[in-house]
This record gives sequence, structure tokens and C-alpha cells, in this order.
Amino acid sequence: MQAFDLLQPTDTGEALKLIAQTQDAAFIAGGTNVVDLMKCGVTSPSTLVDITRLPLDSIEVNSKHIRIGALVRNSDVAQHPDVIESFPMLSRAFLAGASPQLRNMATVGGNVLQRTRCPYFRDPAAACNKRHAGDGCDAFEGYHRMHAILGTSDACFATHPSDAAVALVALDAIVDIQSSSGSRRISLDEFYTLPGETPAIENDLKPGELIVAIEIPRGRAHRHSTYLKVRDRASYEFALVSVAAGLEFDGDRIDAARIALGGVGTIPWRARGAEEALVGTSGDSAYEKAAEIALKHAIPRRDNAFKVELAKRAIVRALEMVRQGQ
Amino acid sequence: MPQLKLKVNGQAHSVELEPNVTLLDALRERLGLVGTKKGCDFGQCGACTVLVDGRRVLSCLSLAMMHANAEITTIEGVATNGSLHPLQQAFIEHDAFQCGFCTSGQIVSALGLLNEGHAHTDGEIREAMSGNLCRCGAYSNILAAVRQEVRRAGI
Amino acid sequence: MTAAVTERTPVVGTPIDRVDGRLKVTGQAQYTADTPVEHVAYAVMVTSTIARGKIVSIDTTAAGEVHGVLKIFTHENSPRFTQPESDFMKAIVPAQTLMPMQNPEIVHYGQQVAVVVAETYEAARAAAARVRIAYEPGHALLSIDDPKAQRTKPEQFFGSALQTERGDVDKHLAAAAVTLDERYTTPTQFHNPMEPHATLAQWNGDKLTIHEPSQWVKGLQNYVAAVFNLPLEDVHIISPFVGGGFGSKGFSFPHTILAAMAARDLKRPVKLVLTRTQLFEQTGNRPRTEQHLRIGAQKDGKLVAMDHASTIGTSVAGWFVEPSGRITPMLYSCPNVRISHEAAWLNTPAPGPMRAPGETPGTFALESAIDELAVKLDIDPIELRVRNDATQDEEEKLPFSSRHLVECLRLGAVRFGWKDRPRKPREYHEYREYVGYGVACATFPGLRSPASARVRRDKDRFLIEVATHDIGTGMYSIIAQVAADALGVGIEHIEVRIGDSALPPAPVAGGSMSTASVMPAVQAACLKLRENGANEAEASTAPGDEQGRYSFHSFGAQFVEVRVDETLGRVRVARALGVFDCGKIINPKTTRSQFLGGMVFGIGMALMEDGVFDPRSGRVMTDNLADYRIPVNADIGEIEAITVEHPDFLLNPLGARGVGEIGTTGVAAAIANAVYNATGKRIRELPITPDKLL
Repeated sequence: MQAFDLLQPTDTGEALKLIAQTQDAAFIAGGTNVVDLMKCGVTSPSTLVDITRLPLDSIEVNSKHIRIGALVRNSDVAQHPDVIESFPMLSRAFLAGASPQLRNMATVGGNVLQRTRCPYFRDPAAACNKRHAGDGCDAFEGYHRMHAILGTSDACFATHPSDAAVALVALDAIVDIQSSSGSRRISLDEFYTLPGETPAIENDLKPGELIVAIEIPRGRAHRHSTYLKVRDRASYEFALVSVAAGLEFDGDRIDAARIALGGVGTIPWRARGAEEALVGTSGDSAYEKAAEIALKHAIPRRDNAFKVELAKRAIVRALEMVRQGQ
Repeated sequence: MPQLKLKVNGQAHSVELEPNVTLLDALRERLGLVGTKKGCDFGQCGACTVLVDGRRVLSCLSLAMMHANAEITTIEGVATNGSLHPLQQAFIEHDAFQCGFCTSGQIVSALGLLNEGHAHTDGEIREAMSGNLCRCGAYSNILAAVRQEVRRAGI
Repeated sequence: MTAAVTERTPVVGTPIDRVDGRLKVTGQAQYTADTPVEHVAYAVMVTSTIARGKIVSIDTTAAGEVHGVLKIFTHENSPRFTQPESDFMKAIVPAQTLMPMQNPEIVHYGQQVAVVVAETYEAARAAAARVRIAYEPGHALLSIDDPKAQRTKPEQFFGSALQTERGDVDKHLAAAAVTLDERYTTPTQFHNPMEPHATLAQWNGDKLTIHEPSQWVKGLQNYVAAVFNLPLEDVHIISPFVGGGFGSKGFSFPHTILAAMAARDLKRPVKLVLTRTQLFEQTGNRPRTEQHLRIGAQKDGKLVAMDHASTIGTSVAGWFVEPSGRITPMLYSCPNVRISHEAAWLNTPAPGPMRAPGETPGTFALESAIDELAVKLDIDPIELRVRNDATQDEEEKLPFSSRHLVECLRLGAVRFGWKDRPRKPREYHEYREYVGYGVACATFPGLRSPASARVRRDKDRFLIEVATHDIGTGMYSIIAQVAADALGVGIEHIEVRIGDSALPPAPVAGGSMSTASVMPAVQAACLKLRENGANEAEASTAPGDEQGRYSFHSFGAQFVEVRVDETLGRVRVARALGVFDCGKIINPKTTRSQFLGGMVFGIGMALMEDGVFDPRSGRVMTDNLADYRIPVNADIGEIEAITVEHPDFLLNPLGARGVGEIGTTGVAAAIANAVYNATGKRIRELPITPDKLL
């Protein structure tokens, strides 16, 4: 970690001014990703703007939505009564991530911006198109068991590591963004960008912009929902495959569905085709068909091919769990 | 260089340090509080767990300068006036450590768990203590010690 | 001495709380990096990012600009050192043959190429990241199958022969009624003690004091003295607390030399703490093994022939070869047995001994194969083992000093509920999971070395001093217990000082030999003091000719119940029971912890640990604790360990054998066997991860 200046504004406007005016500056909140990457030598901003003193840590609950300030800690979102009751997939997704200590530090804004765990991205000595466009990608011929099978390109297939973002994308979450020139909103799904030929660009956040809140509209198929995470050990581990699933029933028939996948996409992967295929169906065979659709465009490679089958089974299992009230 | 006031175990310390000093290194190398350990320095093992305003966090990924107003608790602040906290006593009784290196982190993490109040069953305690690695494999005994304290404290 | 001696209850054999417990739970136990020292300078190493080739240039300009940097050492400005010859009997064992930073040559990824020393840790770390090195890479030998890799057949491993045959294996394999021919693979594994290796080096004139977490303070003392050409009494190794070793802190590493070198040059104490990634690159590993097992048996299960051939990856920077076939000639009765080992010399970090080296991967292969044979013959796996129990060591042609393997199997079967085991795979399905039971043998040699101990009395307090080690094993406590009984006093009168090379010598805390070696010396010294009525006594003890008349081993049985969610490929160990025969148990509480810890180690090996190298760069891709998965608390279910206690007085007067490593042996096989019993799927390549079960 190189030396840097630390600025600690107490006012959002001031923070936005600082980030716009200071060369080579980055925001820091929980620090669980920023400090980690700085220690790896992947990023070395010369100034960090500490936003933890900004008034962005409240949760607003009303009949239309829940609005979570960007600085709310992962653990606080997970334990919030409205989240547990109305959006259980989100509570469970947060609780499935990292460890209790990290969940106490990490913020929801930072979680959404979290960067890949690809070991070549994290190693400055390796070739990585995400770190330096055109350098090549050492993962293709290297160790890529944890890498993505959906949303990949010839330049990059690193997995997006977040659990919460998967649930947020399933819930049609909206990102509230501010800068010195104003504010805007964008759906989280649209916020993420596929690597394509420019894997360095991961989302729609422009220089000088700050995420101030995440808003989740109340809708359908979110009350009966769950998050299933499959990994190599029981806890404190990134996903091999994960599924955020929600269903709404009319008697026996599915009336609405939400499915998003983690561990398999270069971005949190909303499986709308699978959702559409479920509406109007009943019975387990519908789940398998939906899983097939969700993975139809998967591109498996040598070490991560198993994720295709595992993801299908995880989707079916997650839908069964929702059906059974788990 | 900026002067930083850190409140650790109820005591105020004034230190001069750069922004790139982690809370862990500030505690160990600048304040001489070496009870908190560095196992990995990347937030992957939990040995550096401290309490910040009663909440368990990893000091290796925390910047010291971002904790000027916080009440920090380290392992050195757990016993009071030489009397072991019942949790520490439980650790000894149940042999919840072997080499001892992860132990400070385990104990402070367990205190954080007690403050959170969400872990009651064995499964919940195991999950809630999974952020603290122990290569000696003392997990069964750590569970026994933490369980004993969860019951005693009536959580 | 008090007159109440005859009323006193012995404290040996009782589960007392660890005597160093209070220090550990209050954060007061002082590990190397905790040692307070005035005016210390911080060192951070820079390591190579190629596996083979040479350094073309080193540019330290940007690094030198970091405020607080004192000096940057490279091969261009460092003194020349020579690795001493390894001699275990003379207590000098370098962990590797390579002494880094002597020339521009690189032979493994992560090789030490520079040491940056600065006023603060932050400055050293920042400067180290700025050192720019240009390399000319060569063809790195990274795979056991690389035809360019040199292959040798090592003769022996610390006195154990590695290429042996008794009888005529080929003839009897060909004629056997039933044969098994399978290959088993264990991946590279890394020790990962929670405490990173570290050196605090301080010179006082020509005298060198080193704080270093060490499993062998005398070994390290001898090594450092040899490298720096110093008289032994001028080198002092201090290591009161060691945050785990598992074999990685037993031999002597170059980082100790580099830290001492920097301290001498700068005339300041230097503290060097390895990063977690550097542990993967520099402190040893259990190398990958590919084991080919062929077994021939009669229809009733009697073994007639066994051939256990191993191919091991090792490093051109090292010398260590994993002796995975080692236990096969001893464990069962079989007239024709051959073991062979072939080593492929690669550009990988030097391997080293890791918790039960040889026995751990060897029991995975052998005990899986025996289970496969039991399935083939439709004989109960415990019965098959009992039928082939050896009443003497058929390889050494010696009687066992003590062997109660069958008792462990039988007792374990009852305690574990073996009778409830599914008769056939996939028979027992409960709530999305298939249930299976598995069993395997555990074993480890009962080694003993010479050791010395000193006891000093000051009024009613006794100080016991030995250059032995507590790496979490409980040595502080068992020394106090043995001393208390030998002196006839309460344990509160005993103080124990260990982990210091200036104290009476003791062997490496390896090979599980410390208890068997040190306790006799402690006991003898205390009895001597009591007899002489003096204030100080010293004693040296050593094994005698019994070593040539008996075969000394500990045995055990590992029982595991797994629950497999086959749809998602998830395996969990719901229950495990280890039953162990390790002679007299000095402290049942610390011993139980050692066994359980060994079993957790084995669960990691079976289900999740996988050391992966990049096939082109040679970098350890799993070089951190997120990517190299060791078990977390939630991975461990109901596990228990019990003993059958038969003191082995042929080994030493206390009847005690070591307990630190046997707990790991047999676990991986028991789990693989249980997974087969649950699902009908036989996994022969560890770890058993979801992708292998889909």
C-alpha cells in the first residue's frame, strides 16, 4: 500500500466537490475492498475521500419501497425487520457473504461496487485486460475454476463476487447517484456493464459520482424468496454458484418469479427468460425448464464447465426451497 | 504529520501516524498493544478482530485515521483489573485454543457475537464464529466455550 | 520435600487446564512479532514473479524515494552465504538447498530477490512494491509429467527405506484370486499456521539473538551459527510461543539469514514478518502425490501382495520427498510387499514435512484401496482389516512394542454405531442427503530421541528448563505435570521454561517425538534433584537398544459419517470419532485437542484444501486464505476422540508416545470411504469438491 492523503468531509456536497477537484482520488467507506486492493497493489489512489461521516446511513421504510442509505452496513441491512419480512432473499444474501466482522464493516454502496476476486486481476505481475486494456488475460489458459460462464467475452470472464448485488438485481433495485452537477437514478441491472472489449468498465458510475442510496420497490415475488449459495466450504467463502429466487403463487400456479444468479456471471445475472418461462406453470418440471433457459447461453471453459450443471441444479433447488417456505 | 486520538480500552492515546497505517498496525507497532494479531493482513482470517463501538471488525482492513472517535476494545481490555472475563475462563476450561495465536481474535469476536445477540443454537454459533480461522482445529472447544457463555449471559 | 507426598494424587494422566492458558486468553503470550525492542527497523521481502530464469536488472530508484527507507538488499550488494550440509543427527537441517540472493538465478516463483528495510513497516511495504525487476524467463518445470524434469528414486527418508520389496510381489499379484489396481492423487497442501513466520534479529557485537517461531531452536541455532561462521554460544534462538507449525517451522529457512544479515549491516535490530502469500512461496508444503496401489488378496480377504508406487513432485530448490508408501510394509500382514518412490524435480517452492509426512497421503491411498477391496469382496471393512492385522512388523521383522489397532477398531465400531451403517450405497437417504459411514486406520511411528533437562529449586518453587517447544501441543503443561509428580509437589510450584536454544538440548518438535523424548529427561532430572537434595540437577536420557529390538508405532481408527447432498455436490462430515492407541496419555485434555485438531486437518485435506499452481508462470494461485480453503468452524460437526490406554514402557519409563500427528492420518480415507458408502461414487483424487460429485 503506497502513501496517500486522507480527506474526511462531513457534508455530501463537500465530498462531491473534493472528488471532482482532486486528482487521482477515490472514495472509501467500509474499506473492505478499497484497502484490500490497495494492499494488493491493484489500485493506489493518491487521495482517499472518507465518506463515513456523511449522513447516508439511514433506512426509510414506506408502502412503496425500502430505501437504504449507501453507508448502511451489510449486517444492519441483513437484520432490518422490514428486509427480513419483505425481502428475505436480500437478508439471506447479505448473511451468506463474507464473515460477521466484514459484514459489520462493509456498506451496501461498497458491496454493489465490489470488484472481482480473479487472482490474475489481483496480481499486478499477471496480464489482465481489466487492469490494463490490451494486456491480455492470463486466466484463459490459467486457473479459472471460479470464473464466469455468463456474460463473458474474449477479453475477460472474471466473476462478479457479490451476494447482495445478486438479490438486489433480482429485486429490481434502483441506484441513487449524486455528483456536483446533480443527481440521477438508474436500475441496478442497467448499472452493471458487461466486460465486452472494455472490462475495465464495470458499471455506469462516472468520475465524480457517488452512490447515495439503494432503493427497492415493493412488488411481486419478493416476500416468498430465498438465497442459496453453493461453495467449497460451509462459510466465509465466495460462491461457486448462487441463486436468489422469489415466487408468487395463485393457488398452484406461479404468478410471478424472480431469479438472479451469482458466481456464474461477469455481473450479477438476472434470468428474466427463466422467470417468464415459470409464469403460469405449476410443478417441478417447470423449474428444470426454467433452469435450462437461464443457462442456455453459458460458455463453459476447461476448469469451470461444472458450473453449468451446478447452476441449473441450484436454480431448481432454490425454487423448491421457496415453494416449501424455506 | 497528523496527530490522531485513539480511544482504546477506555484509554485515550495520542499518536502521530500516516493515513496508510491500518488500525492493526497502529495498535501493535505504535501503541504497543500486541495482543491483537496479524494472521494474513487481508481480512481473510479474523485474527485481527477488535471491537469498534462494541461491533466486531477486522483491524487489518481498517485505517487508523478513520477511527478517531470510536471506542476500540482489544483483547487487552477484556479482563478487568486482572480478573478474567467469564468467556476467557470458559476458553481455558474447555481448552478452546492450542497454539493461542488466533485466540485473541476468537475471544473478541465472541464478545461481538454476544453483543449482537443473534446466535443461540450450536449451528448458529458455529456459523457466527466462522470468520475466525483456527488451523489448530480447536473449533469444537471454541463452540463449547462460546455456548457456555451464551447460556450464562442469557442471550 | 513435604511429608504429605504419600497422600498426593498424581497429576500426570489428569486433564489439567493448560498452564499457559491465562497468557493466551489475555493476549499476553508473546510471539516473535510481539517482542518489544528499541529502535527496531522493519524488513519486507520482495520475491520473484517467474519460476525459472534470471534477473536481468533491479531498479530500486522509485523504492529508494519512499521516506524512511534505510537500505535495499539484493544479490548485487549482499554478502555471500553458503547453505550448510543437512545433517539431522547433528541437528542442522536447512529447509531447502537453495540459498537465495547469491546470484541472479531464479529457480522457483516466490524466490527471495530483495529485502527492503525501513524505519516503519508502511515505508518498507510501500518501497518493496516499488522495486522493479526485469527477468529473462526460462522453461519452468512445473508438472510431474514434464519430460524435461529430472526424475530420481530417493533411497530413504530419515532412516526409512523408500524402495523396498519383500517376497515376490509380481508373481503373487498375478496369481491372486482378487486384485485391485487403482490410482490415488493428493494435491499440494500448505501448512498455514495462523502465525506467519518471522525473524527478529539483534546483534550485540558479534553475538546474535534471534526471536523466531521455531519447532527446533537447537537446529536453528546450529544452522545460523554455521551460515554466519559463529561459535554456537554466540547464537541465541528465543521462541517461547509458536503460533502453530505443523512441520513448517522445524527446519531452517533463508529468511532468518536475510533478517540477520540486514541487522548486521545496518547495526540495528531488524524485524521481518513474512506475508501470508510468502508462506505459500517459501515455507514448505506437502507436495502433490500420485500413488498407484495394486493389491492382491484371497477370496477371504487375506492379503497376498501389495505394490505401492508413488510419484512425488519435489523442488530443485529443496531436498524433501514425501514418503507416501512408508506405512504400507508395516500396517498389515502380507508376505509380499513392494514400495517405490519416484521424485520429479520441479521449479516449485521447496516442499517440507507437513503433519504426518508420508502417513497422511499414504493412508489416503492405502485405506481407500483396502476399502475398495472390502467392497469388491463384500466383506465388512473393519473385518477385512482385522483379518489382516499384523502381529509383528513384517518389514523390520521385529515385534511391535505395543499394538492395539484391533481394539481401536472394535471399540470405535461400538461407540460409533457401526452396525447402523448402510449395507449398500444409496440405501439411506434423509432430507435431501445420502448418509454413509466410513472407517480407516490411523498410524504414526513412535519415535524417541535423546534429550536433556534441568531443574532448579528456589525455596518451594522449581524451574524446569529444556530447549523443547510448545507449538500448541501442550508441552508447557505436560512438562509441569511430569515434574510435579517426579518432585512430589503440587503443580503450582512448577515453572517451565522452554523454546530457548541456551537451555538443555531437545529434539525437533516433529515426528511427534517431543513427549517421548523430553518427558524421560524431565523426570530423570527431577528424581535426581530429589535424591541428591541439591538445588539443581540436570539429566540426559536417550533411547537404548530397545530401538533395535522392537518396532514402535501408534495406531488408531477413524470413523466418519458423511451426509452428501448429491444434487449440489455438497459433502459434510456430520460425525467423526477417532480412537487412538498412543501409550500413556499425560494430559487427556490437551491430547484430545491434538487429536481433534488433527481430525479437522484431515477434513480440510479431504474436502477443500487444494494447492494450485499456474501451469505457465508457476505462481501458487491459491496463495492466500480465501483461495486456499482451510476448514472454518461451520465445517465441523460432532467430532470426538478417545483413547485406549496401554502404556508403552518399552519406549520410555512413562509409557508415553506422541499424539500430534496421528489424528490427521486416515481421516481423508475414512471420508472418501463414507462418501462411497453414501453415494456409490468413489473419489480417488482429493479434495472431494462439488464438481467431482455432480
